[in-house]
Amino acid sequence: MTNTLVTKDGAPRQTSQEVERLRRRYAIRHVLARCGVYGAAVLASLVCALPFLWSAVSAFKQNRDLYNPESSPFLFNEPATPDHVRFLFSDTPFLTFVVNTLLVGALVVVLTLALALPAAYSLARLNRPWGTPMGIAIFLVYLVPPSLLFLSLTRVVVALGLEDTIWSMVVVYPTITVPVSVWLLIGFLKAVPKDVEEQAMVDGYSRLGAFGRAVLPLVFPGIVAVVVFSFTLTASEFVYALAFVSASPEMVVSTGVPTQLIRGDVFFWQSLQAATVTMAVPIAFLFNLFLDRFVTGFTMGAVKT
Amino acid sequence: MTHARMRRGGPPAGPPDGRFRPARRSKPGLADREGFLAWAMLLPSVVYIIALVGVPFLLAIAFAFSDVTTGDPSYDFVGFRNFEAIFDDRVFWRSLVNTVVFTVITMIFIVLLGKILANILVADFRGKWFVRFLVLLPWTTPVALSTISWLWFLDSIYSPVDWVLRQLGVIDTNVVWLGRPSAAMVSVIAVQVWRLTPLAAVIVMAGLVAIPRDIDEAARIDGAGFWRRMFEVTIPLTLPVIAVAGLFGAIMTFTDMTVSYVLTRGGPTHSTDVLASWAYFRGIEGGDVGQGAAIALFLFPILLAGAIAILRAVRRLESQ
Amino acid sequence: MNAVEVRGLVKTFDGHLRGRRRKDDDVRALAGVDLAAEPGEYLVLLGPSGCGKTTLLRTIAGLEQPTEGEVLIGGHVVNGLPPRIRQVAMVFQSYALYPHKSVLDNIVFPLKAEKMPRGMRERRAKEAAGRLGIEPLLGRKPRQLSGGERQRVALARALVRDPAVFLLDEPLSNLDAKLRATARDELKQFQEQIGTTTIYVTHDQAEAMGLGDRIAVLEKGRVRQIGTPVEVYDDPADTFVATFIGSPPMNLVRRDDRLIGFRPEHLLPAENVPYDARVTMPMRIERMEYLSGDRHVYGTVTRLGEETRVIARLPATVTTPLSAGETHEFAVVAGRLRFFDAAAGGRTPAVPIGNGGGS
Repeated sequence: MTNTLVTKDGAPRQTSQEVERLRRRYAIRHVLARCGVYGAAVLASLVCALPFLWSAVSAFKQNRDLYNPESSPFLFNEPATPDHVRFLFSDTPFLTFVVNTLLVGALVVVLTLALALPAAYSLARLNRPWGTPMGIAIFLVYLVPPSLLFLSLTRVVVALGLEDTIWSMVVVYPTITVPVSVWLLIGFLKAVPKDVEEQAMVDGYSRLGAFGRAVLPLVFPGIVAVVVFSFTLTASEFVYALAFVSASPEMVVSTGVPTQLIRGDVFFWQSLQAATVTMAVPIAFLFNLFLDRFVTGFTMGAVKT
Repeated sequence: MTHARMRRGGPPAGPPDGRFRPARRSKPGLADREGFLAWAMLLPSVVYIIALVGVPFLLAIAFAFSDVTTGDPSYDFVGFRNFEAIFDDRVFWRSLVNTVVFTVITMIFIVLLGKILANILVADFRGKWFVRFLVLLPWTTPVALSTISWLWFLDSIYSPVDWVLRQLGVIDTNVVWLGRPSAAMVSVIAVQVWRLTPLAAVIVMAGLVAIPRDIDEAARIDGAGFWRRMFEVTIPLTLPVIAVAGLFGAIMTFTDMTVSYVLTRGGPTHSTDVLASWAYFRGIEGGDVGQGAAIALFLFPILLAGAIAILRAVRRLESQ
Repeated sequence: MNAVEVRGLVKTFDGHLRGRRRKDDDVRALAGVDLAAEPGEYLVLLGPSGCGKTTLLRTIAGLEQPTEGEVLIGGHVVNGLPPRIRQVAMVFQSYALYPHKSVLDNIVFPLKAEKMPRGMRERRAKEAAGRLGIEPLLGRKPRQLSGGERQRVALARALVRDPAVFLLDEPLSNLDAKLRATARDELKQFQEQIGTTTIYVTHDQAEAMGLGDRIAVLEKGRVRQIGTPVEVYDDPADTFVATFIGSPPMNLVRRDDRLIGFRPEHLLPAENVPYDARVTMPMRIERMEYLSGDRHVYGTVTRLGEETRVIARLPATVTTPLSAGETHEFAVVAGRLRFFDAAAGGRTPAVPIGNGGGS
């Protein structure tokens, strides 16, 4: 390699001008690399988020502006109007859908934690020989898709008398959230040093007490990550919601908007776009808050199972 | 643990007259027995999953061999009649092929773009938080909503996508994305890739941040440049995670019906029908539960293969 | 000319937590370090954890860019140049072997990066492996190796491309105590054989004393003293070095505005110090320990200065009967006393000791 500075015995191999030239080259390279990173970041943001910009702009467009093939989707070519957004909130059941989504999400999260936390603790800590295979089996349940089960689950829901109510979703959605949550929580639980609960047991707590008093507070970040992740999954679910509920007042956003805001061939485009942005931004914001925890949890579960 | 074992093995060594007694807690209850606890804590989840995944799964198999319809819910065993019916149906074969094409192409793009996106997201730059937020949007938005938005972006007359392409001079007249079979398939794949790439990126990110910093630095000291580090160190080390991301994407795509249901309703003329959406049309909208179940059942063997592949990948991940 | 030199090196890390910057979070890892290693020298950077020694090593390697100051390798300022141009080799604390590559591929990797032809690089790799006695392991993966073997592979990987300088970051700390002693011995022999300038970071003073031609003692991002092991031990530049090096550390007794320092092995029962120029002091013995033949005597001395707890280390040859609770006259040869400024901690000239001396 000709770029090296010195020979083996330490004598300079290059003149100082050459070193200076090298330094300039790497300074330029460094600048280029930084530009590359920023360029890539901007490009990625555009590809992912440009549609949402379009959505946000078109939500406030007048019909004359929106239904003109020549007008720019990025700009207001006619004055902006809040009419369609107002229409979404006051003249459609959108707010009911939002409330239902939040309600279903909250109840599913509670159910998920109630089921997944003890299960994850059992698999992560109680050292049964069947721990690992069972953990993997539960994870695999996540791969059984709604599209395979919705026909028979519709029957189950009818048999339980839950059709056309939000309760059908509350009961069924944990089948999607529990497996992933167990998987994530195992990772977080394994990251808690064993000493902590052993200390609690020495201090006079039962095994269960040690879990509740010493371990749970330490995995709180993991629990938050699981809550956010479960809520995201629940809010996105479509197939079950579509199959179980056909009465508008009981619908969630993900099915209510496509079925109720489209009347035959009549699309309330501006209101639909407003609905998308209204749902997208808060969920992405929440998820981003806990992204790092989610990321670490994912590998902890995988590596240490 | 030793505590429980000692008790199970009878009284510990000591004078038999009971002068020596091990200190005992007032309530040596079930809350201390690990074997019991392990089961008790796991049981609710297992029961729940068996009841709402296991049973419906068996029920789905049973339906596939029955003549149950929405109008006539009484169960009669009809053998393989449903399967014969769907095998004779050209739409079934079409949707099977579509599903495979849809899945394979989507998976390839998800892995490639997800890997690139993950590398961007772990890089150090100002405003990273905001970029992450923007990048997460496609995945965290309820898929039905984002797909409806895409319905507008791909509109035959007013499509913003076409507007941009027209301004750039790439096209003269609108593409009519959803009205032509091949363009419709491209659209469905593109929307699916767009919405799942952030998930793949997050999973790959998990792999990237798990690489010890020392290893990357050792490669720097050893004189490896960016590309050599990427291909000889980073990618081999994250391969299992990349595989997991790819399989996640594949399985989610394989079983997904939302994008094609909302975007094209399977059209034009079944050119974007996939197994899941066809099962839905048949089983719920057509009311023929038996045939719908039989179609959906075809998802299973391929899913199983995917699951085994994931298991393998996970095991390799562990061994490192 | 120096093989490696740093001038006025400052490195601050901003409190870069979650992208939020606050000025007062800044941590000064290096606060103006000047240091030079001569060609072929074995320079040890010694200090407690968090003293900046690893940051210094990483800055020399090019993994960190200094906030201020210059790094010179072979007389050239290398600021702004990436590690691969600097021709440094580094052995990490964790060894940082590539887990997916075989031992051979690990060793070959730096040569591959130099685009050396295949035949030649394999020959060089085998040569390096031979030197460290790891040829039989060439086909294995790192996870199949023991800690000692991993360390050798890391050394071979560092050695294989004739670096201008070796940087070793606590390479022994992952080995168990028994292995560490032999590995230390091997490291020293190895360096003498190849004669490459080496900078070695450790927090273990035994390693530093045993390996270093010179030792640089660092604390809070500053060099406290540079010198040979003997200099650093016998003539510590300040109270930090005096108490950081030596186990048990140097005793320090306050007298007016001075601290009088003497090593535990120089504090002996007075009858064992048969010199005229000595300083005596009564010691109230509190406790004794027997450690590998030596007696460690814990007690409180008076008269020399303020009442202070000190430790005396009596070799097995000193057989004076002593027991806890009694007070015995101890003495130190006057030439062994070191004097420090009580406020600033630095060395000061000797002051005459009146009350205890001259008996």
